Amino acid sequence: MQLKQKLEILADAAKYDASCASSGTEQRNSRDGKGIGSTTGMGICHSYAPDGRCISLLKILLTNFCLYDCVYCVNRVTSNVPRARFSIDEVVQLTLSFYRRNYIEGLFLSSGIIQSPDYTMEQVVEVARVLREEHDFRGYIHLKTIPDASPELLARAGRYADRLSINIELPTAASLSTLAPEKDGVAIRVSMARLRERIDASKDKTLTGKRPPRFSPGGQSTQMIVGADATDDRTILSTSADLYGQYRLRRVYYSAFSPIPDASPVLPLQSPPLVREHRLYQADWLMRFYGFESHEIITGEQGMLALDMDPKTAWALQNRAMFPVDINRAPKATLLRVPGLGVRNVQRILSARRVRAVRLDDLVRMRAPVNRMLPFIQLPDHHPGATLDAASLPAQLKETPTMPQQLGLFL
Amino acid sequence: METVYLQHETDMEGWRDAARRLILSGVAPHDVYWCVRPAEESIENATQNCIVQRDIFSMASAESVPDSAGQAPPPMEGQRLMVSRQFVELARAVILHSSAERFGLLYRVLWRCQLERGLMRLTGDADVARLHAMAKAVGRDKHKMKAFVRFRETVLDGHPRYLAWFEPEHHIMAEIAPFFIGRFTTMDWTIMSPRMGMRWDGKSLHFLPGGKPEALQEEDASEALWLSYYRHIFNPARLKLKAMQKEMPKKYWHNLPEAELIEELIAEAGARTQAMLDRHPEVPKRKIVGYKRKPDDGIIE
Repeated sequence: MQLKQKLEILADAAKYDASCASSGTEQRNSRDGKGIGSTTGMGICHSYAPDGRCISLLKILLTNFCLYDCVYCVNRVTSNVPRARFSIDEVVQLTLSFYRRNYIEGLFLSSGIIQSPDYTMEQVVEVARVLREEHDFRGYIHLKTIPDASPELLARAGRYADRLSINIELPTAASLSTLAPEKDGVAIRVSMARLRERIDASKDKTLTGKRPPRFSPGGQSTQMIVGADATDDRTILSTSADLYGQYRLRRVYYSAFSPIPDASPVLPLQSPPLVREHRLYQADWLMRFYGFESHEIITGEQGMLALDMDPKTAWALQNRAMFPVDINRAPKATLLRVPGLGVRNVQRILSARRVRAVRLDDLVRMRAPVNRMLPFIQLPDHHPGATLDAASLPAQLKETPTMPQQLGLFL
Repeated sequence: METVYLQHETDMEGWRDAARRLILSGVAPHDVYWCVRPAEESIENATQNCIVQRDIFSMASAESVPDSAGQAPPPMEGQRLMVSRQFVELARAVILHSSAERFGLLYRVLWRCQLERGLMRLTGDADVARLHAMAKAVGRDKHKMKAFVRFRETVLDGHPRYLAWFEPEHHIMAEIAPFFIGRFTTMDWTIMSPRMGMRWDGKSLHFLPGGKPEALQEEDASEALWLSYYRHIFNPARLKLKAMQKEMPKKYWHNLPEAELIEELIAEAGARTQAMLDRHPEVPKRKIVGYKRKPDDGIIE
């Protein structure tokens, strides 16, 4: 089979993994090296596909042959999609030739399970080893880790990779055993715990001041499929909170279950719930950067996030007694809860109000979304008065739906 | 009236020396012309540039006259200049901006800093907000250049060379060079732009005069693979065009080889998704061997 054809099949097989991040790792470059590559810690998106997703890494599967029969997955054993397998050298050369042309930040390699979890993991790790040791490649490497692989293999993976990830796949153990019968929820969490231990250990200095061995400096992440089972947002967010807390994940990715070629009869296809996915990301941000607890964020009756407004606005509407917030007096934690106010503008306000009172004009020039904020804030030249308690406020703050998009307007 | 001639578009040192001298001798912002000495033009032309620049500058200041910009010169003789770290950091980025107002705006803010304590903390102040917006535009331009430069390989005398054409909006070429050197240290690469070019030969960096995109050679084999990858990593069931365009605005498309596929991918997406939704599930065409796991991680087939 031609390389081009393999690339097509194995990119098709990899596109349902949402992550393409190349951030969070150490800083390095090739000035003293024999090869190429650098990382800045920031991550760079080298392109964007019309699905709005960043293309930062060459995201492919080593092979899409797979022994497992996860019904949501395009690569499950019972699917009739075309199959292919890269050789280790093909992946290495493809990565290097893309990297040299500045198409990518590095490689995100995953694989279907062939022969055994250990055999598969060994092949994946070997690609990373060849890139690092034989080509002195210093770009970003993200390896998908197979939870059932031996701890020794995970340790080797962490030596070469910038980030490791294990997909939790579904928000509950019950869904996992129904939809992914060969996967073991307990093994997934045991592996995450092992990774966390090694990642933590690699950051501590030993008593003698020696540096411990390098292990996945960009941490670990995971992905959860949304909309393939009936789990509500409340359960999803509490699973996420638990994952962030217990295993210190850098990111939980939410992937709206999307139509796939040759789908399983068990799981009827539908349009992907993209707005829901977006709201889950917003809620995730509120938990990680805005001091919200997972249980606070769900305001709806059915345990679901509102689709027609962002979760912070929805929360504020249900807690109007806390508002208006005085922008010039409120503590940081309270400012972070004002709809429309982001982390950076909160910092700017804190810094500016030490010099003089912040006024409405200042917020406009900071490019804060003032219209959304006005009902909830108080300034020397503004008080929301009755608008805050008006029964019509929720209707005013609803976002007009933007999907489906009109192609005519775009092109 | 004072006229300051800077040596080049990003002459931070020249700007700093002049600004220090002018503030210490109490020359108010509206009494200074800032202009860049053109490489080969006469001083007369340079003066014309200055006048154009001043007009833009005075238009900007007419919009909102800051409290202290028109005040009498501060008593500065023999005193030290007040320069905060925030100002220095912002100035380093703002000087790379392509707008002609940058030198005058920086001087006005530096002037105001002598009179208004804590000015740099006021991101809501019109001048400070403008500096932040300019620094942000420069930062974004740098980031997008790191992302969107596309090299093509050509072999000259058995030695691979990598060539790219890129059109940055601001004066960021020299500033961005260390990034490309640190990343592609062992490669021989050249990035050309309309205003200037740069070549790294594996040992040292050379700046070149501006060029034209026609000098770039045709696509190589890897570019064809890259287009295949772009086509196949796209999921037609989730079009999010606004998200794509926000991060990859159309102005970059003509230098991105993969962008030629965008229109076609969008046009096909609806039908491709519908075909997946309409399809009747098939029985597996291969013999399926049941997979069982053993408690000790091994497997039995």
